[in-house]
Amino acid sequence: MLTRNPLRRTVLGAAATVSGIVLLLALKPHSAPAPALAHATAPTSPPTSSAGAPSTGAPSKGGTAPAKRTGTVTGSTVQTDYGPVQVQATFANGRITGVTALQTPSDNPRDQEIASYAVPQLTREAIAAQSAHIDAVSGASYTSAGYIQSLQSALDRAGG
Amino acid sequence: MGTVFSFDIACDGGPRVRSAIEAAVASLHTADAVFSTYRPDSQLSRLARGEVDLARCDADVAEVLRLCERARERTDGWFSAGYAGGLDPTGLVKGWAVERAARMISEAGARGVCVNGGGDIQLLGEPEPGQPWRVGIAHPLRPGELATVVEGADELAVATSGTAERGCHVLDPRSGRPPVDAAASVTVLARSLADADAWATAAFAMGTRARHWLDAQAGVEGFAVTADGGTWRTTRFDRVSAVRCS
Repeated sequence: MLTRNPLRRTVLGAAATVSGIVLLLALKPHSAPAPALAHATAPTSPPTSSAGAPSTGAPSKGGTAPAKRTGTVTGSTVQTDYGPVQVQATFANGRITGVTALQTPSDNPRDQEIASYAVPQLTREAIAAQSAHIDAVSGASYTSAGYIQSLQSALDRAGG
Repeated sequence: MGTVFSFDIACDGGPRVRSAIEAAVASLHTADAVFSTYRPDSQLSRLARGEVDLARCDADVAEVLRLCERARERTDGWFSAGYAGGLDPTGLVKGWAVERAARMISEAGARGVCVNGGGDIQLLGEPEPGQPWRVGIAHPLRPGELATVVEGADELAVATSGTAERGCHVLDPRSGRPPVDAAASVTVLARSLADADAWATAAFAMGTRARHWLDAQAGVEGFAVTADGGTWRTTRFDRVSAVRCS
């Protein structure tokens, strides 16, 4: 359990639908390293609107030990129904110490308002999740698919 | 409405599990296409407009409507898919779809399955031999903090209903308005996420009555953060709580 890092997951496929459902398909090695499940993109192709194309769907590196990275890694820009989202994660010895939103939806005051509290919330959740050995967080649903996808791509680039 | 589905699978990477994950993802896409109330061309939207009858819909539609009717009966009408003449099973359908996806992967041989659909979670098996799954309940009033942590293995579903990012989305079926004495969030634990999702929706609509109602339900536990920041839990909630204080 001590070595488990719930956020160090490899996104295998992501797709969005008209109503904005974004699928994050992730595998992480538990006790035994799991072989890579590369190119497991969602079988149904997303309709035209909204994005979430599997820009983060890099082939898994499952089974390889994550590097103890220190520094910052920038995630992909992810298009959501509400606008582009891009985050940058800061690592110290392979652990996330901070996440900065480089782009969030800002077309209207409501989007700005939501981003103003959703982004700090997700950042704290990301950090809390890895420190509390939590497998998942339950809460009222949030429209933060882009944040998570972009963060995931940063984690992938960090060697997770 | 954007929702993230994340899959956390403990397995040895067998091909059956891999294809089950792909099938589970496909089933979520299909559920969205069939049940979306945001898509005018979904079967549910067409059924609600009377353009198609139930017999011509996907069998899943009848299944979900049957579960909605059962939830309505078991919640004394507090869960309703038929408010104001419309047809809206969204209080249950996400939980149902996530549970189905999780069971598909588990039945293919995965040792542990955690599928989280926008904060509603179905857990099956265990993440590592002898270890329970641990689920944090997000604090609705203190962003980034967890209100509590629950743990369990084998079969555990966790659903939370509350005032979401984009405003209150649960109405009291009796008044048609947001609940007057609503909690900030209500979390329900059960073995099935289809049940937990419906129960959480109903419990949120009930306001302060939810605690006693949940206490009376077999196989169901509840936890809530009230609007003033207090908390309550059902009497047997501590059996699943990973937090041993208060």
